[in-house]
Amino acid sequence: MLWLVLAPFAAAAVAPWLAARLKGRAGWLLALLPLVLFVRLMAFMPLEPGEAVSESLPWVPGLGVELAFRLDGLAAVFALLVTGIGALVVVYAGGYLGGDPRLGRFFAALLAFQGAMLGVVLADDLVTLFVFWELTSVTSYLLIGFDHEREGGRSAALKALLVTGAGGLALLAGLLLMTVAAGPLGVESLRLSDLAAVDLRGHALYPAILVLVLLGAASKSAQVPFHFWLPEAMAAPTPVSAYLHSATMVKAGVYLLARLHPQLGGTPSWQLVVGGLGAATMVVAAAMALGQRDLKRILAYSTVAVLGILTMLLGVGTTLAVKTAVVFLVAHALYKAALFMVAGNVDHETGTRDVTVLSGLRRALPWTAAAGLLAALSQAGAPPMFGFIGKELLYKAKLDLESGGWLVPVVVAANVVLVATALLVAVRPFWGPPRDTPRPPHEAPPSMLLGPLLLGVLGAVVGLFPGPFERALGSAAVSAVAGRTVAMDLELWHGVNLDALAVMALSLLTLGAGTAVYLGARRWLAPAARAVKLAGRAGPARGFEVLVDRLPGAAASLTALVPITRLRSAVLTALVVTVVLVGPPLLQAVGGADLGPRPESHDLVLAAVGLLAALLAVVVRSRLTAVAALGVTGLAVALLFALYSAPDLAMTQIAVETLSVILLVLVFVALPPVVRRSRGLTRVRDAVVALAVGGVMAAAVLATAVVRLEPEVARHYLEASVPAAFGRNVVNVILVDFRALDTLGEITVVAVAGLGVAALLAAGRSASRGDEGDR
Amino acid sequence: MSDSIILRTAVRLLAPLLGLLSLMFLLRGHNEPGGGFIGGLLAAGAVALLQLAEGCGAARRLLRVDPRTVLAAGLVTAVASALAGLAVGRSLLTGLWWDRPIPGIGKVSTVLLFDVGVYLVVVGAVLLIVLELAAEREGPC
Repeated sequence: MLWLVLAPFAAAAVAPWLAARLKGRAGWLLALLPLVLFVRLMAFMPLEPGEAVSESLPWVPGLGVELAFRLDGLAAVFALLVTGIGALVVVYAGGYLGGDPRLGRFFAALLAFQGAMLGVVLADDLVTLFVFWELTSVTSYLLIGFDHEREGGRSAALKALLVTGAGGLALLAGLLLMTVAAGPLGVESLRLSDLAAVDLRGHALYPAILVLVLLGAASKSAQVPFHFWLPEAMAAPTPVSAYLHSATMVKAGVYLLARLHPQLGGTPSWQLVVGGLGAATMVVAAAMALGQRDLKRILAYSTVAVLGILTMLLGVGTTLAVKTAVVFLVAHALYKAALFMVAGNVDHETGTRDVTVLSGLRRALPWTAAAGLLAALSQAGAPPMFGFIGKELLYKAKLDLESGGWLVPVVVAANVVLVATALLVAVRPFWGPPRDTPRPPHEAPPSMLLGPLLLGVLGAVVGLFPGPFERALGSAAVSAVAGRTVAMDLELWHGVNLDALAVMALSLLTLGAGTAVYLGARRWLAPAARAVKLAGRAGPARGFEVLVDRLPGAAASLTALVPITRLRSAVLTALVVTVVLVGPPLLQAVGGADLGPRPESHDLVLAAVGLLAALLAVVVRSRLTAVAALGVTGLAVALLFALYSAPDLAMTQIAVETLSVILLVLVFVALPPVVRRSRGLTRVRDAVVALAVGGVMAAAVLATAVVRLEPEVARHYLEASVPAAFGRNVVNVILVDFRALDTLGEITVVAVAGLGVAALLAAGRSASRGDEGDR
Repeated sequence: MSDSIILRTAVRLLAPLLGLLSLMFLLRGHNEPGGGFIGGLLAAGAVALLQLAEGCGAARRLLRVDPRTVLAAGLVTAVASALAGLAVGRSLLTGLWWDRPIPGIGKVSTVLLFDVGVYLVVVGAVLLIVLELAAEREGPC
């Protein structure tokens, strides 16, 4: 199963190469990969309830982290959607972005996203899950910001990244708390399937886990108040919207809630918080959907409404609700991906997405119109589409609830909006009298028709014959979410009894009301758009923007508290603080220490030379002389190292001294001649600080001699150097073998520092040249 | 370029010697005093001296490639030697030794390769700074 997840990343690596040669036709070729994965996944079907295929590979054995994957009913539903719709989207993107020179980059990001998404839904290990979860955020950032030259694309991408990234951190904390809570209960594991055996619902940490996990899920699945990033993300090219923002990524949050439902669900607080959040999202998004004129934004808000319905159903958590959630999820993925592609075709072939402008396109785009009609019928929940079964179940689940009766009118109202928006998006542009569009309309190429048509037809086929879906994985998926074996029992026609009649009546009412709302669109569309715009000024999106705008200012005023305007005063502050904080404890540690044997006379001579040179550096007026004097001090120290048999240190010291002299000379010749700027008390203060810093450094050196840190470590290094690392120079062996990881980090820092200095110098040069140009 | 004939003559003699010395330090570092870090500093010092005496154009010509390339090559070398352990199924950074010694160098290992990486990073980083500073004074070279 590992290769299933890794294959898309490999394909992402070759995608730019293929796209450069084949242009849009590369889409057909690259789509083979998700297709193969889809077929491979189908080979696991049928999955019995409770059945699962697992596979794992050690990753960080020391921490118990594995690359563990597990395919059960729920994972299979998502994995099939990801690969199946993924294949169609890749083909579609080939047509949509055919001539774009950035196509290769696009395919790479799209396929990488696909791998990440597969990883999320197949992961059994919590760390694996989190890593792939974050990867979906990163890749979707690249996809939303594909038009990075436009400000809108950049800000939408950043918004999505910040919101889902922050949610991801909350999720990480929640997942870790789950393991913390499960540990004392006898399950020391990071595997979700192992954690399923533990009942965390009575644990003291349960409320915290619930809130944190929900934050992660809600930010990813665009629940109120995080819903605003999704409509913004419509800045992405349409294939991205069709894939990420309808079928897959935004459902990752729903997936997570479904996955954790057996462990965390069913409590009153879960029902209240998760169910309430979903209901609120459904209502808000349905209202906002009516105030949009852009095809894609209408679809985005109706997607948010459906995500709210799914969350609400998982919050309710009865068997019927879970069953409904699974059906609704699949139906929505099928029709919403199709609707986005239809909207993309209209945009691509006419040059506009404004519903108030589009009309009568059915002659020019007959196939697109047909696909749109099929998908719209499914969203509207008209028989015999799969969406119809979903809506019937939804109403049944709501009528079933003992205490949730008040929800029924709300759910009906939300579905009325879904009907109206479906007609608005997929019927209104195609019927009525033809009108002028920015580009003369013509039918889209086959690559852009395959996806919407196939998905639309599939919605009808599964609706007419739900049996195979149910047997192959539907029941297994419902059982995985419910945490026990449940049969799905889907029917298009429920026979004649009181319940079925009530549901049927509600269905008809919804369809009728939705159609009525749609027919009145001309009258309410403009005022509704104004109202939504007005409401947007006070919404969470505005709050987010204010937060992001104010953050740099807040950081600036915080840094203004510390005086760093002049380098001298900053250095002075740092040194004085160091002396005050580090000095006293060091003196205490060194006080009364045995300083070892009396120094030899040649030691004293070298020390005197070093001291004299240091004094000279302070007194002398020429910079070059001062630098040279400092070099002499350094060399004296190096010779002392050599005398005390530390040749490596001595050589390093000599090389460093030489290079510092060269660097200082290079810097100093550029400075103006020395002027005595400070006098009197300032100089006394500087002298005191300098002596204190020197004293503290001396004390620190003495302290290393007094405080023996773990003598076994030193002995171990000395003893193991030759037998284990085949080297007699222990210093070097430590650097390149025993502690090589540290060295790897250090040379990386050296490299970054070098690049940083060079960049600053180059920037300074071009800035001063710019100044001269201005003058 | 320096006006001092003494400096220029001395550097012309010293720079090759320093270069050789730095290579020697690098190769014998595992058993005798030396190592990639010291070797790198010495090599960088040699080029820096040349830069002082003959100007940064001469230093760049001697180096042939941009210091950034040296830096990147060093990091890549170090990481590659670190990954070699993984490739044979051991853990990251495991030292692998080739049992046949090469004349003049001695036993070759991924540890030595790692030290070569350190050497190149030090040379690259120091010279990047030195040559940028020199460009500050002499203009682009």
